[in-house]
Amino acid sequence: MADLLYEIVNEPIQVESLVKKVSVREAGAITTFIGTVREWTKGKRTIYLEYQAYIPMAVKMLAQIGKEIEEKWTNTKVAITHRIGRLDISDIAVVIAVSSPHRKAAYEANEYAIERIKQIVPIWKKEHWEDGETWIGDQLEKFPYKDGKPILKDVEL
Amino acid sequence: MIKILLFADLQEKVGKPELELKLEQITVEELKSELQKIYPLINLESVMTAVNEEYAMADDAIKSGDTVAFIPPVSGG
Repeated sequence: MADLLYEIVNEPIQVESLVKKVSVREAGAITTFIGTVREWTKGKRTIYLEYQAYIPMAVKMLAQIGKEIEEKWTNTKVAITHRIGRLDISDIAVVIAVSSPHRKAAYEANEYAIERIKQIVPIWKKEHWEDGETWIGDQLEKFPYKDGKPILKDVEL
Repeated sequence: MIKILLFADLQEKVGKPELELKLEQITVEELKSELQKIYPLINLESVMTAVNEEYAMADDAIKSGDTVAFIPPVSGG
């Protein structure tokens, strides 16, 4: 499975494997983003998180993000893996690797990818706090989806 | 038969991840109000809809055999 560029997995993510997926001879830079489980959010302590995904569509949306990036920043290559299931504090939830001939595009495209994940990829996080649990939505505070569709406008960087 | 997939809090409120409704054709908006009648506790207002894994609009048609997913605001990353 090492050559799938967009994956939803149940097991821990190996960052190095994503680096390898985007490592090409044209690349002069590879950026990685590693999203981890934070213990404290606005004064509330998280015990663990639970992620759920609509897997086939989530993979499609990750691939769409990759396609958008490859169109916006030429000669970039993208790999994204998101983990689901139960994750403890400091566990890696998502890894994004972008390679590019030059570093600026690699940085920008990587940030674009995480912003788009938070807009269009059907993955949900349930916070298990010390004193209860909540499904989290609307982290970008740009919703609700009045027309029943996601906001697809460009991400500002 | 239309297959409906539910996630996150919707899945918990309905108590199951999947539903099947015997319908021939319906729009996204109509299907939402049908479900709202059956499950008054759920709120589908800020929920997106995907038909066969593609985001759909309120007046898009759903036919028997389609899979509809109701997608609450996402929180990946």
